[in-house]
Amino acid sequence: MGDMFRRYGRAATLIICLLTAFWLAMLVVLPNITLLESSFRPLLPVTEIGGPADQYTLANYLKVFNGSIDTTLMGIPVNIPVHVLTFSLTIFYSLLVTILCFLLTYPLAYYMAKILNPRSLPTIFLLLCVPLLVSEVLRAFAWWIILALKGPLSTLLVTLHVIDKPVRWISGYNGVMIGLVYTYVLFMIFPVYNAMSSLDSNQIEAAEDLGSPWWRTHLRIVLPHCKPGIASGSVMVFMLSAGSLLVPTILGSTTSQWFTQTIQQWMFDALDWNTAAAYAFLLLLMCTLFVSLVMKLFRVKLSDIAK
Amino acid sequence: MSAGIDLENVCCDFGSFRAVDTANVSIEPGEFFSFLGPSGCGKTTILRMISGFIEPTHGQIRIGGMDMKGQRPNQRPTALIFQNLALFPLMPIWENISFGLEVRGVDKAARRKRAQELLDMVDLPDAADKMVSQLSGGQKQRVAIARALAVEPKVMLLDEPLSALDLKLRQHMRAELRAIQKRTGVTFIYITHDQGEALAMSDRVGVMSQGRIQQIATPRDIYNNPVNGFVAGFVGENNVFTGSVVSPSAGMAGFDTGLGRLTARLGDGALGEGIKLYVRPEHTILTETEGAENSVPVTVSEVSFEGAFIAVHAKAANGQTLVAEVRNDGAATVPAIGAKRFASFNAAHAAILPDAFTGG
Repeated sequence: MGDMFRRYGRAATLIICLLTAFWLAMLVVLPNITLLESSFRPLLPVTEIGGPADQYTLANYLKVFNGSIDTTLMGIPVNIPVHVLTFSLTIFYSLLVTILCFLLTYPLAYYMAKILNPRSLPTIFLLLCVPLLVSEVLRAFAWWIILALKGPLSTLLVTLHVIDKPVRWISGYNGVMIGLVYTYVLFMIFPVYNAMSSLDSNQIEAAEDLGSPWWRTHLRIVLPHCKPGIASGSVMVFMLSAGSLLVPTILGSTTSQWFTQTIQQWMFDALDWNTAAAYAFLLLLMCTLFVSLVMKLFRVKLSDIAK
Repeated sequence: MSAGIDLENVCCDFGSFRAVDTANVSIEPGEFFSFLGPSGCGKTTILRMISGFIEPTHGQIRIGGMDMKGQRPNQRPTALIFQNLALFPLMPIWENISFGLEVRGVDKAARRKRAQELLDMVDLPDAADKMVSQLSGGQKQRVAIARALAVEPKVMLLDEPLSALDLKLRQHMRAELRAIQKRTGVTFIYITHDQGEALAMSDRVGVMSQGRIQQIATPRDIYNNPVNGFVAGFVGENNVFTGSVVSPSAGMAGFDTGLGRLTARLGDGALGEGIKLYVRPEHTILTETEGAENSVPVTVSEVSFEGAFIAVHAKAANGQTLVAEVRNDGAATVPAIGAKRFASFNAAHAAILPDAFTGG
C-alpha cells in the first residue's frame, strides 16, 4: 500500500482502490447477499411482499425433496426426489469429467514436462490455447454441429466404414461430457504440467535404475509429486463443470438434465427467483462440502492447492 | 557378487559432437576404478552408457561378460548414485532404501529389516523413519549409498557424489566409501574431476580429456609416469619447458630449450619441435652450485608457505617462473628473495611428453 502511494500518488491510489472496492461490493458481494436473503423468503404476489405472509422460511430449500419419481440407479430400482436425482447426476458426471480430464492430461503433461524438447514448448502451449480464442458459446455449437446425427463425425465414420449408419452422438450425457471435457481440460493441464516440471528428472532415472518398471515409477514417484497440482486442477474442473450452464444447455439431450438447468428453469420458466436462489446456494454448499470431503480422502491440504 | 566391465571401442555422438571417442577399458570385478577429467570430458557420458541411460553410438559394453546392448537401466545389474543423490523426498528413509526391493516384490517386513541392516552398515541406525529433508548432506550421502546397495548390484556407479560436501566431510566420506567398497566387494566406478579423490580412493584411474581416455593406470603410475602433457598437467603441478628433442637414445633424450640443453626421459610419441618437458616441483631442487646436468640458473622471486611444504618461485633468464617445493621438515633452508640459485632436477624424474591425445 505504501509502495502504491509512493508510485501513483495518494489521489490516484485512493481512486483505484475505491473503484475496485465499489466493483466488488456492488457487483459481487451485494447481489449475492440479496440472493441469499431472498432464498429464505417465499414467492409472493407483489402486493403481499412485506406483508404478514412474508416470513423467513426454509421452504425453498426443502423443495428439492418434492416430487419423487421411480427410476433405476446402477440397476437398483429407487424412488428418489427428481431434483435430488438431477443433483446426484450432476455431481457424478462432473466427477467423470474431472477424471476424464485427468486421464487426458497426465500423459500430455508428462510428455511436455519430461520428454519434449523445451524449445518446442511455446508451440505446444500456443496450440493448446488456440481454442480459447473462440468464445465458449461458439465452441459448444461447433461440437453440436460435429456431433449432429448427419454431422461431419458420423459422415466421416460412415465413409470410413467404421460404423454402418449415422450415430446420434448427443444422447444421454454424451454431448455434455464431450463439451465439458473440451472446455475445461486446460484448467487441468496447466497445474499438472507445473507440478510435473518441478520434479527432478534424476528421481525418475533413479527409480528406473533401481529396477522400477515405468508404471511403478509413475505410481510411486511422479504421481505423488504431482498430487498438489492434480488436486488444484481437479477442484477447478469439478467446480466449473458442476456450475456450467452453457454446455449442458447446448449439448444436452432430451434425457440429460444438469442442476444448473433446474436453477435456470426456476428462475426463468417458473419465475420463482427465491427458489432459484435457494437451489443455487444448495449447489454451492454441496459442491464445497463434496470437494472438502474428497480432499480429506486424498489427504490434500488447501495450502497444497494454493501453491 | 561383483562383475567386471569391458568397454570395447565405445563411441557416443550427440549430433555432430563426439562426446566419447573409442573408449577401451577393462575393469576387473571388485575393482575401484575412477574416471578423472575436467567437466565436459565425457566421463559422465561413459557412466550413463554403462548404467543404460544412453546407448553407445558404436562399440560394445559388457558387464560380467554379457553384452548390454538394448538393456534398459532397470534390467542392468548396476546401481547409480547421482550427483544430486536423487533421493525420494516424499518417502521416509527406509522406503527410500528399500525401493529397489519393493520393485522386486519383497514383502514389507523383510524390506524394513533389510533397510535397517543397511542403515546400520552406513552408520545411521536411527534414521529409518525420518524424511530426507531432516538429514544433513553427509547423512543423505549414506542413505544414497544404502539405497544403491539394497538391490545388491554387481557394479556401483558413482557420479561425483561427494562434490556437494564440505572439505572435512568429503575426506571422511572418501575413507568411508573405500571401506564400504572393500567390505562389499562390489565393483565401484567413480566419476570425479577432483584428482585428489581419484588418486586416494582408486585401484586404477582412467584420465579423460575431450572424449578420449588418455591413460589408464594405478594412481601412482598416473602421477609418476603420465603418458602425456594433459595427464601430467591435470594430475598435479609441473615445471614446463618448451623445446625440441635432440639425440634420443635408450628412452632418454637431450632437450634444447632457450635455457640450454636439458636431459629427460623420452615419452612415446614425443617428437618434433615445440614439444614440452615436464618435471614436478617436488623433484626440482634449488642448489647454490651448478649441477652436472639439468641445472638452470634462476633468481628467487617469491616464497610461499603452504604448511606441509614451502613453494619457492624462481625466475629463469628467459622470464619463465619455476617452482621448487621444499618439505617443511624443520631442517630445510629457504633461500631469501633475490638470491641466485640453480634449479636442478634428476633426468629420471623429468619427462618429455606429447600433448593430449585428441580425436582423429
